[in-house]
Amino acid sequence: MLRKLLIGTALATSFAFSAHAADVKEVQMLHWWTSGGEAAALNVLKQDLAKEGYAWKDVPVAGGGGDAAMTALKAMVAAGNYPTASQMLGYTVLDYAAAGVMGDLTETAKKEGWDKSVPAALQKFSVYDGKWVAAPVNVHSVNWLWINKAVMDKIGGTEPKTFDDFVALLDKAKAAGVIPLALGGQNWQEATMFDSVVLSTGGPEFYKKAMNDLDDESLKSDTMKKSFDNLAKLVTYVDPNFSGRDWNLATAMVIKGDALVQVMGDWAKGEFHAANKTPGTDFLCYRFPGTDGSVVYNSDMFGMFNVPDDRKAAQVALATATLSKSFQSAFNVVKGSVPARTDVPDTDFDACGKKGIADLKKANEGGTLFGSLAQGYGAPPAVANAYKDVVSKFVHGQIKTSDEAVTELVKAIDDAK
Amino acid sequence: MRLCAGQFPTNRYWDEPMSTVAETTIKLTRGPDTRPSATVRSRLQDLLPKIVLAPSFAATIVFVYGFILWTIYLSFTNSKTFPSYDITGARAYQRLWRWTFESDPPSSWYTSITNMGIFGFLYILICLALGLFLAILLDQKIRGEGVLRPIYLYPMALSFIVTGVAWKWFLDPGLGLEQTLHQWGWTSFHFDWIKNKDFVIYTVVIAGVWQASGFIMAMFLAGLRGIDGEIMKAAQIDGASTFQLYRRIVIPLLRPVFLSAFIVLAHLAIKSYDLVVALTSGGPGGSAWLPSNFMYEFTFKRNEMAVGSASAVIMLMTLTAIIVPYLYSELREKPR
Repeated sequence: MLRKLLIGTALATSFAFSAHAADVKEVQMLHWWTSGGEAAALNVLKQDLAKEGYAWKDVPVAGGGGDAAMTALKAMVAAGNYPTASQMLGYTVLDYAAAGVMGDLTETAKKEGWDKSVPAALQKFSVYDGKWVAAPVNVHSVNWLWINKAVMDKIGGTEPKTFDDFVALLDKAKAAGVIPLALGGQNWQEATMFDSVVLSTGGPEFYKKAMNDLDDESLKSDTMKKSFDNLAKLVTYVDPNFSGRDWNLATAMVIKGDALVQVMGDWAKGEFHAANKTPGTDFLCYRFPGTDGSVVYNSDMFGMFNVPDDRKAAQVALATATLSKSFQSAFNVVKGSVPARTDVPDTDFDACGKKGIADLKKANEGGTLFGSLAQGYGAPPAVANAYKDVVSKFVHGQIKTSDEAVTELVKAIDDAK
Repeated sequence: MRLCAGQFPTNRYWDEPMSTVAETTIKLTRGPDTRPSATVRSRLQDLLPKIVLAPSFAATIVFVYGFILWTIYLSFTNSKTFPSYDITGARAYQRLWRWTFESDPPSSWYTSITNMGIFGFLYILICLALGLFLAILLDQKIRGEGVLRPIYLYPMALSFIVTGVAWKWFLDPGLGLEQTLHQWGWTSFHFDWIKNKDFVIYTVVIAGVWQASGFIMAMFLAGLRGIDGEIMKAAQIDGASTFQLYRRIVIPLLRPVFLSAFIVLAHLAIKSYDLVVALTSGGPGGSAWLPSNFMYEFTFKRNEMAVGSASAVIMLMTLTAIIVPYLYSELREKPR
């Protein structure tokens, strides 16, 4: 009885799967860009593909957010039911590539000249074992300050060039009765800010050694301790109610003028745009003091799966459209990030975007383009999350001194390696 | 038996009563119309429960017990992002064991298990106490019981996510209770537990109790209604005070309800992952984590599937260690 039942179920399932075979003119896409601006940006890509005759099909993800999407992706891949492509971040691409489920876009990459136009630091994640497995969509950078200009004028502040300048500026805001620093007390936000603090305190060389190479000596060093002390200093300027706040609420505090500045990646710019604010007149974007010339990046990628041959054409079309200059420009203008290839004209971008593009180019050429550890581009997720744990525990007081923080950091990273 | 009978054909009992045999033959000839169809039907009737139960039985075997075994297996591998099937030893358990004793600064695992202790104990205790108390009050034949009962019961109809978000706003010092009282003029009022690493777990208890105590009340109320009024009257005639009545008679009689309520609450406590996420998003520095949060974080976010599986196994073993002896002691006393 039981056996027949099982056989029946198995047969029914296999029929359901084999009925799937003939969808050639369709791109199945797993992503979590569902909010207004992001969805609008993605529409550009949908229209580009529609012109070439490819239908777009979103893979539904219950619950929204990157985590839910990654869980869904894992289940799909484990079942052998690959989407054409999926939005992916950093080391996830490499994990899946190592598991042998990613496709090969090397031919397309050669034809389109991706090798030359995509920054080498990004290729570390989009190329696995000599094969292109993902198409980078954008480059975000995290070492930015977002400042409310009206508040800045009121307190008579100027662009801070060093960490001490920054502290002096925050003091001014405090004296004027404004919340100096808008921070959301969630571990990734705290760690994202700490990325910038480390780069500012130790300089580019040190950042690379500690945060990308995970060099024990650097992680234990006095420079690292100093970085933690600087972070502790910054945390004294946040409002008491910061813990658990979402990043966009922190941005809203700056937009409304309740707070002077937020340290956040350039996706914050999308929030300013949504509130109809213009850079230069309503808000200011500066590099985190002491990090000018370097870019700490993360990047959204479309990971391309090893789909059956009859779906490969659609995949190539998607990849080509993704890295076309027109889409890169149109998408990133809306998203707040900068194009993932350095040869896209910056004419449509606002002042912050233009600066971002120029900075990326400079950093790429000067070798100061570094992966953000907090955003999963400095080390694999296990390490990145261990790092976020330590930073967050330090911010919230479970870890009390910078000495202890450094010891914990080394231990946690060793554990996670 | 039939074979045995056939072996002794000369037995006189078989020769004598011809009429009986004839009758039997008649029955047999009449049989082919009715008998076999009756067998099919009765067979079908016998089988029907099994057929109906088979899918859920199979699903339970595979998706509950099968995956328990699979999880145990994975916890001894070095699975990272994807399951790997090479047994590599108990490294995951060694790490968890080491983390169990790292209290200063607290490791995530230490935080999770101490939180589980605090949350589980308070949640079950307060829900039982409050549920019983409300049920006793409602049982006093008061007017409007039909209105009050669903009001208390209603929170159970909400998902943990809704409860979590609502309480998150209510407890947020900048939005909810504290802010409101400040606006009303009580400016010295201070209640920021949800932002405090040492107290955030108690806000999870508050929200959890709010949600479940009404349901526990309904269970106790049903139990109270099931108590024979004669016993109560007899006790009253014997001169028992109301307190004694409840203390000595009613509450002991409610023992089976306590058992059911305990089991319902214990499993709700163990699996209240979503409440923590919706209410605190993990709390400041991860200080509101429960083992279920730990398990999800490590399996799906940190790609440490082996550690996640090991923590799931430990959760299962802990739960078994608590529930099984309790069930055993409760069910053994009343063999039915």
